Amino acid sequence: MSFWPKKGKDQPFRRRPGRPQKDWIAPLMSPALIAALPFLGALLPGLMIRAGRDACALSAAFFTGLALLMLGLNVPTVLAGGVVETRIDWLPQIGLNANFRLDGLGLMFAGLILGIGLLIILYARFYLSKADPMGQFFTYLMLFQGAMVGIVLSDNILLLLVFWELTSLSSFLLIGYWKHLPEGRQGARMALTVTGLGGLSMIAGMLILGQIAGSYDLSVILTQKAAIQSSPLYVPALLLILLGCFTKSAQFPFHFWLPRAMAAPTPVSAYLHSATMVKAGIFLMARLWPVLAGTEAWFYIVATTGLVTLLVGAKIALFKDDLKALLAYSTVSHLGLITMLLGFGTAEAATVAVFHILNHASFKAALFMTAGIVDHEAHTRNIRRLGGLRHLMPITFVIGTIGALAMAGIPPLNGFLSKEMMLEETTHVVWAGQAWLVPLLATIGALLSAAYSYRFIAHVFLGPVRDDYPHKPHDPGLGFWAAPALLCAIAVVGGLAPMALFGWIVDAGATAVTGEAVHVHLKLWHGVTPALWMSIIALLGGLVVLAAFAPLDRLWLAAPKPDAKRMFDGVVGGIRRASLGMTDRLHDGSMSRAFAIGTAAMLAAGLWAFLGGAYVPGTRIGAPMDPLAVAGWLLLVAATVALLFLHRNRLLALLLLGIVGLIVSVTFAYLSAPDLALTQISVEVVTIILLLLALNFLPKETPRESSPSRRGRDAVLAGAVGLAVGALAYALMTRDFAFPSIAAFHIDNAKPGGGGTNIVNVILVDFRGYDTYGELTVLGIAALVIHALAEALLKGGAANDRLLAWKPETPEAGDRHPMMLVVVTRILLPLILMVGVFIFLRGHNQPGGGFVAGLVIAIGFVMQYMASGFGWAAARMRIDFHVLIALGILIATATGAGAWFNGLPFLTSAYGYVHLPPLEEFELATAALFDLGVFLAVLGAVMLALASISRLAVRAGETVNARPFDIDPSDRRG
Amino acid sequence: MNHWIIAPVLLPAVLGALAVLVARHDILLQRVIGLGGTLALAVLALVLICSTTLTGPEVYFLGDWPAPFGIVLVLDRLSALMLLLTAALALPVTLYAIGTGWDARGRHFHALFQFQLMGLNGAFLTGDAFNLFVFFEVLLIASYGLMIHGGGRNRLKAGVQYVAFNLVGSTLFLFALATIYSVTGTLNMADLAQKVATLPEGDAALIRVGAVMLLLVFAIKGALVPVQFWLPGTYANAPGPVAALFAVMTKVGAYSVIRVYTLIFPPVTPATGTMFADLILPAGLVTLILGALGVLGARSVGRMVAFAAIASMGTLFTAISVFSQAGTTAALYYLLHSTLATAAMFLIADLAVSRRGSGSLAEARPSTPQSGLIAALFFAGAIAMAGMPPLSGFLGKLLILDATRGDMMLVWPVILITSLLMIVGFAQAGSLLFWKSSAIPAEPDPEPEDPPAALPFVAVGLLLMLLTGLTVFAGPLTAWLGTTVAELHAPAPYIAANALPVGG
Repeated sequence: MSFWPKKGKDQPFRRRPGRPQKDWIAPLMSPALIAALPFLGALLPGLMIRAGRDACALSAAFFTGLALLMLGLNVPTVLAGGVVETRIDWLPQIGLNANFRLDGLGLMFAGLILGIGLLIILYARFYLSKADPMGQFFTYLMLFQGAMVGIVLSDNILLLLVFWELTSLSSFLLIGYWKHLPEGRQGARMALTVTGLGGLSMIAGMLILGQIAGSYDLSVILTQKAAIQSSPLYVPALLLILLGCFTKSAQFPFHFWLPRAMAAPTPVSAYLHSATMVKAGIFLMARLWPVLAGTEAWFYIVATTGLVTLLVGAKIALFKDDLKALLAYSTVSHLGLITMLLGFGTAEAATVAVFHILNHASFKAALFMTAGIVDHEAHTRNIRRLGGLRHLMPITFVIGTIGALAMAGIPPLNGFLSKEMMLEETTHVVWAGQAWLVPLLATIGALLSAAYSYRFIAHVFLGPVRDDYPHKPHDPGLGFWAAPALLCAIAVVGGLAPMALFGWIVDAGATAVTGEAVHVHLKLWHGVTPALWMSIIALLGGLVVLAAFAPLDRLWLAAPKPDAKRMFDGVVGGIRRASLGMTDRLHDGSMSRAFAIGTAAMLAAGLWAFLGGAYVPGTRIGAPMDPLAVAGWLLLVAATVALLFLHRNRLLALLLLGIVGLIVSVTFAYLSAPDLALTQISVEVVTIILLLLALNFLPKETPRESSPSRRGRDAVLAGAVGLAVGALAYALMTRDFAFPSIAAFHIDNAKPGGGGTNIVNVILVDFRGYDTYGELTVLGIAALVIHALAEALLKGGAANDRLLAWKPETPEAGDRHPMMLVVVTRILLPLILMVGVFIFLRGHNQPGGGFVAGLVIAIGFVMQYMASGFGWAAARMRIDFHVLIALGILIATATGAGAWFNGLPFLTSAYGYVHLPPLEEFELATAALFDLGVFLAVLGAVMLALASISRLAVRAGETVNARPFDIDPSDRRG
Repeated sequence: MNHWIIAPVLLPAVLGALAVLVARHDILLQRVIGLGGTLALAVLALVLICSTTLTGPEVYFLGDWPAPFGIVLVLDRLSALMLLLTAALALPVTLYAIGTGWDARGRHFHALFQFQLMGLNGAFLTGDAFNLFVFFEVLLIASYGLMIHGGGRNRLKAGVQYVAFNLVGSTLFLFALATIYSVTGTLNMADLAQKVATLPEGDAALIRVGAVMLLLVFAIKGALVPVQFWLPGTYANAPGPVAALFAVMTKVGAYSVIRVYTLIFPPVTPATGTMFADLILPAGLVTLILGALGVLGARSVGRMVAFAAIASMGTLFTAISVFSQAGTTAALYYLLHSTLATAAMFLIADLAVSRRGSGSLAEARPSTPQSGLIAALFFAGAIAMAGMPPLSGFLGKLLILDATRGDMMLVWPVILITSLLMIVGFAQAGSLLFWKSSAIPAEPDPEPEDPPAALPFVAVGLLLMLLTGLTVFAGPLTAWLGTTVAELHAPAPYIAANALPVGG
């Protein structure tokens, strides 16, 4: 990682004699630091606004000025032909590094961005009113400035992309700064969408370009002209990159976002649309000019787009009544002009482009600021409501006029020089065999340009003073007009002494663009050349157009015009509506559709997978068909089929479900899996009881909600899935493992390793005790969730209201707690408890274990609740079931962790045999302790679930009986 | 043996139980347990990631049974990374839940949160296919409890859909495991890797069925089209902090795909070949398109972020589908990014919606206190979600674009155009939420509210800081991830650590 600027490799770097560079100053001059300064500065204004508006603006200006100073320190090096570089590794894996380079082009652009930025800060300080949040404004502005500087100083084109997208984002904030204005919001979104589109296409373009060139660093790419232009990927890369440039630089047909962005405060417009944002596209075309330009594709795409934009922009600008709109379209037009020059592909034209970038920045920023001053003072920027301001605002008049004349290309202002050079270049261009076409169209463009510039002067400042301005205008204070005045001075001096003011920087910039040493000769008088005649035609023609403006305007108003905003809104709105349909209709929460699609996908994927591989049927021979098994099978099928038809009656459905569960338990027993049978049957009992309790709150019948066609679809799907799963099960059960399975190890090691003869139990608490640990937690969590859910339902709200209003659908029996039942369950309780303990203790060697024991004991308690009523039972059950669950998990964890003290992993079991007279010798295993955890968690979970459902019943009007029986026979005695 | 490996599972289990046992009546005590637990987990994850970086994959033989007969945990770089990500997410989310009082709006928030972490960590650590199922269950049931935390009609309704869809997934998981076990006779993942590679040809069809069913299970978790339907309703209706935590839930699916389809079914497997890439790539791209369109068309903030989450899963699976060194590296980087970004965005959306009183994007409502700060956070979050610079989403997308050069014509346009759709969608929503509202005068507040809590902003700030960290240290991080991925694609050390019996 190197933070120190390196000397350019290609260019010899000369130190200026007599002024040895000190080491401490080198990092200060790093281009990385220059790019970072505005970002650092962005942090301050938001804070400094608390110290006042001046402090806020000064803090922004300070960092801008500092960056400008750093840049200035590099000028000697760059002018001597050096390239200052900073390289910092960022993501070298894909070639994205924070590599910066400062050469002539970067110097010129960075100077423009920072210099005009400084003036904009000054201007904005006076432009923004007290109601505007100035801290935000300068924060956004500095972010934007940093992004722009980053673009022009990046050596790595992926880094450039980062800054590129940052300008889109920060300009979004700037354009939408007046967030209460709908135009501002829409303009911001439109700008973001269009430039975002371009940015994304450019990502692809840059990735391809880097692939061709073998590096993402400009210092390498710029040397790969031959490789790039001969690559088959050249045209795609060119198109993708140009899409980015054209959208950013508002080239036809993407020009429509720029005028919409005029809803921003004027300092923003002046900044974004004179020197910065829209110049980013131009910059990039210039930056990549050495490797992309010079081909037919480049010429026809870039030059033509530029030319069309030049004409379209100029024509629309002429007829705009909004001052800022006029300037916006004039910007579009001038950007077209620069693009066209770059498109010509000759070094001379590129040099002129560089020169015009500078000129345009100076006069356009001045003009935008003038428009802002007029708007600020007269409270309108509608040309039709203005006129005669030269008397009221003489200073503004002078500034505006110089700016507009420079834009028109009147000698001796700087605009004249570059415009004439441009016209000169067009005379060398042959477009599709036609030598006259480009010069003619360029002259027309220049003519229109002159016309709208004249109009800016004539219709705003000239003419009689009116008495109907929205606000009586007068010249503002010095602070407000200083910035545009300075820019106009540059326009004047630049025209009179172009070599002194611009020569050196144009040389440096053009040298960097073209890759050849350029020495321009800028002068006012070139002799009588064709370009002079074209210039004269344009300037005089502009006057004619201005004179005929009124009839032309009527024509314009009558002509149909495509409304870009409506088209844009139509496209975005169309996509939005389509996606609304997709999100709302497809994702409306319909379960049956979701399941149908999901199941169909699973079925299709499964079939596809099966058919794609070889299948050899298994060789296992099936067991003989036992009449008992067949009977069970028939019962299972019958119950399932009956369920299909009777499922709307919920009670019946539950009973049928019970039958299915019962048969499954019996099947386990039949297939010699007593543990599973025991577990399954206890689970069945508990589930059915809990479901019965829940059913109490539901309607007796399920309503019919789906159409026959949907039921048909579901029947087909479900049938197919059932068959597929059946077939899969058959295929699996009729074959042997491809390899010896892990089961043999379990059988061999259950007794010697796990200390139990019941292999299933040893698997559950030992071999795979960790699975059990997870599952017991699942049970506990489930009970907690049920509890929380019940709590939420009882908290008040619609569900609670429904419970309060709940009426049983069928009349209740008068005797909720029949004495016989109560007595029997109480007698049974100790028996069940003992059975539970027995099942628990024998678990390790015989069918049983903590899980089953927990369920059995839970059933014993549930019986008490059912027989004697919840209130009665709860009053005697002094344990909070939460405690049981938590203790269960903790005991299981502690047992497992006990192994650590022997240096063994979690859940390693230990067992030993104890002989305690008078008992027989018995086994003590840590697994039993773990099983105790399982037991507690299961018991707690079932009981907590039961208690939670019972609470709903109480809320629904279930009374708590004070006595164990509703009808106490002993009452009858008396 | 390194006992710390199991600590990420046991610590939250014990704390969850303790939160129920001793703290169920006291929210402060629950908060202490919750916050302490996530902090400790973060430290633990850091220790483990350092340890595995230094020593390579380590296996923890539960119950001291040798593999493949018992269950093993495997700590390798990938699982350690996922642990760290989970902890890094859990901490700010817990802070947020405490700061906003979300945790007090129902019972057992912190207990369920800890159990959720237990499930996540267990799933990331396990080296056993059936145990993965068990921990999927743990995290599913806990997530269900968290999802319906606080109650309410819409939330419960969405919750039913969530749990129903995931139960289908669990069933399918069992089918898949039964199939795979019936063919290979083993459940240990390293053992499976060896056995599947040498499977007799006649078993190819069945193992393919098992593998594809497994893929669908993970696709449900990862919300991949066409089994993504549960996500928008669930995420949009879940409490804000829970939705934020769920950002890592979908990543469990992605993690499992990466783990299983690089270890057990790599593209060189004769039976399965590249079938998973062939399935995942189109599904990922369609998911991405659907998510991006959803961002543009969503009618509420919650659904918008939910669809953005779907889009990010689409992007992630697209990167995974490459199954190459570069592709999986990009996928892991993007996985880290999208988890944190999605979480941040859900929290920010919750901040905005709770102040605004409605998540509807149909109309502007008066501006609310702190809307400037929230707008700034929203802007940052949207940048992250849409994959714009300067945050890590952009770097993630660049990595993915770079890795998918082979399918440039198909993948690039989808990724780039969907980015634009999301930018437009977020811009529209943000402009309505924060800009348009400023044109409406604020309703006079009848009574001065409590001073706004700083904790929620700290939580969001933490997440954004993590995203910034991902951005700034992208280089070293990607290098680390590259080694991780190299281990995944050449899993010999992972398998060796299991010390499987020779010839078994």
